[in-house]
Amino acid sequence: MEIIISNSSGVPIYEQIKEQIKVKIVSNELKAGELLPSIRSLAKDLRCSVITTKNAYEELVKDGYVINVPQKGFYVAEINKDVVREELLNKIETLLDEAVNIAKLNNIDKKTILEMMEILYEEEK
Amino acid sequence: MDNILEVKNLSKKYLEFELKNVNFNLPKGMIMGFIGENGAGKTTTIKAILDIIKDYSGEIKILNFDNKKETTKIQENVGVVLDDMFFPEILTPNDINTIMKDTYKNWDSNLYFKYIKDFSLPLKKQIKTLSKGMRKKLEIVTALSHHPKLLILDEPTSGLDPIARNEVISIFQDFIQNGECSIFFSSHITTDLEHIADYITFINNGEIVLSKTCDELLNEYGIVKCTEKEFDTLDKKDYVKYIKTKCEYDVLIENKKAFNTKYKIKTIDNITLEDLMLIMVKGVK
Repeated sequence: MEIIISNSSGVPIYEQIKEQIKVKIVSNELKAGELLPSIRSLAKDLRCSVITTKNAYEELVKDGYVINVPQKGFYVAEINKDVVREELLNKIETLLDEAVNIAKLNNIDKKTILEMMEILYEEEK
Repeated sequence: MDNILEVKNLSKKYLEFELKNVNFNLPKGMIMGFIGENGAGKTTTIKAILDIIKDYSGEIKILNFDNKKETTKIQENVGVVLDDMFFPEILTPNDINTIMKDTYKNWDSNLYFKYIKDFSLPLKKQIKTLSKGMRKKLEIVTALSHHPKLLILDEPTSGLDPIARNEVISIFQDFIQNGECSIFFSSHITTDLEHIADYITFINNGEIVLSKTCDELLNEYGIVKCTEKEFDTLDKKDYVKYIKTKCEYDVLIENKKAFNTKYKIKTIDNITLEDLMLIMVKGVK
């Protein structure tokens, strides 16, 4: 499994592992039911500690991307599209929240922001 | 989770140095790095664990065996590498196999010769002709070849070049693959530890300053770099210690996220174990 760890990015290593596996699952590179490498062998391959890979897998389980079958290992879950959507919506909300805060702090009105959104949205297409 | 090594209230008094109430646990299947400056008490702690110093107090358990009472069981289950070489210099790696075969019940000659080959060590050269790095590798190989459950190593990677260190680290990670074996090793080459240690135990002046998962330390702790004016706004309880340099204040904090929500100071660096050691030892509160 290809995972690229940067030691200088400032992003915690477990988070880098988690995000990259997530991308592989969402893009179907890792398919539902597929067995992931054990936390120990992944730690060895990535030259990181066992606790780091364990944290990454536990977060993936919590987020519904991976299932832990005791005594057997970690399997890619059948991802629930709603869960993925929910998570993406949360992410967007956080980003918008920041934008709205900046606007409010600097007396930029809602209309201007909405117009900006319109333009951006059309551009992206 | 079961602990493979438990150290409880370990104390030892020398004339000018004292180990004070050392406590920590190493769970099964994990690697613990033991860091601290020279003279902080690392080797004394290791020697107490192995029961090769006298007159220490406290309770030490290895695989649930008392380290003073069940010495045979402990010898069979523990592989040791100390800072000073313990083989007579006229022996060859081949001789060591012959001796160890009779010393350990579980000695595995095949495994020993496999490691010797993997590490490109000579079989028939006397130890005194080997380089420092080769001797260290020979010690590590010997410690591993009776299938111990716990490896205890004092500065195993010091004196090794980066390539040899890398080989040793691979062997350590192989050793813990089955989830049953643990490694406790002291080091001051902290980058090795940052990569593979699950836990870090930090000793300073005979006392344990912290014993935590390495992830927690590296992901949550941080160093705030700020001006004197900014430093004056900090609440004492929000930082651990600080060092004042000619240009700035380096402030060690325990939780970057919490700090971020409370203060507006922008420069917060991630820490390395080296920074942590430096501020803990040299810093003030």
